[in-house]
Amino acid sequence: MATILTPKTPAPEFTLRVTPDQKLSLSELRGKPVILAFYPADWSPVCGDQMALYNEILPEFQKYGAEILGISVDGVWCHEAFSKDRHLHFPLLADFEPKGEVARAYGAYRAADGISERALFVIDKNGVIAWSYCSPIAVNPGADGILEALEDLSK
Amino acid sequence: MTMLKVPAGPEDHGQGDPNAGCTLVEYGDYECPHCARAHPIVKRLRKHFAKRLFFVFRNFPLGQMHPHAESAAETAEFAGTKGKFWEMHDLLFENQDRLGNALLRELTAELSLDPAELLQALEERKYLARVRADFSGGVRSGVNGTPTFFINGQRNDGSFDNQDLVEAIERVLTASRQ
Repeated sequence: MATILTPKTPAPEFTLRVTPDQKLSLSELRGKPVILAFYPADWSPVCGDQMALYNEILPEFQKYGAEILGISVDGVWCHEAFSKDRHLHFPLLADFEPKGEVARAYGAYRAADGISERALFVIDKNGVIAWSYCSPIAVNPGADGILEALEDLSK
Repeated sequence: MTMLKVPAGPEDHGQGDPNAGCTLVEYGDYECPHCARAHPIVKRLRKHFAKRLFFVFRNFPLGQMHPHAESAAETAEFAGTKGKFWEMHDLLFENQDRLGNALLRELTAELSLDPAELLQALEERKYLARVRADFSGGVRSGVNGTPTFFINGQRNDGSFDNQDLVEAIERVLTASRQ
């Protein structure tokens, strides 16, 4: 398992495609908590996979004014189809070219497999990592850790 | 290790002896095909462990993905207020392929409950708060999809095949005897 960035580390800045004609930079979200959820790939063959779960929990994240960003090495068109199919209401970022560059910056890239870990980061309103967690690749980490971190930030 | 934040209590729908050596809590969704597959497995587990197992079912409807999941959960809660939660629970899973308002009315009538009363409850979303409370507690406990099982409070990250669950429950029962 990769060694991911730990709390108190400034979150590395990035700009990635979020749709075929739109880009998003982390710094645009300064001022509110950001949940950065790296995951291995779109189209996992399970019900309630990680992204679908976050989609259901979105109102709980919004209670903390937090934004969630999904991020994998899949390309924008793949993300678009996946997002449409699962009715996702939050952005998926394409860490596509150079492949996995952002995942590498966060220590969340599995070079041998060419995909990112299931790594979660909660970034505070000043752009500093407040909490991070790397789950075994086969285990969907759920959202309990994220919610606890958001709760701590709101204190 | 991911632990259940809301222990099984009198508010829950449970089957068996609450003081049994093992409590199995399932977070499930009536429209989820995996939960439908788990349904007969849970029945076998209850038969196998009998008095040694207490089973609790909590709602975790993935409403964005499954349009009928929430109303199905509300219907089970409605039946629960009439003492027929488990009858409705079984019927919902057994008829999952026909899930929808027509089926919910039909099953209500089948259990000799009043379909008009159900419709009104669904319209007023009378039992939605209860369903959402289950969901919210599940999220905080690390429910990561459906079905998610907790065995004596600990999330089961293994498969939910009959044999794997039997072994996981046996381990807990053995440990609690020592």
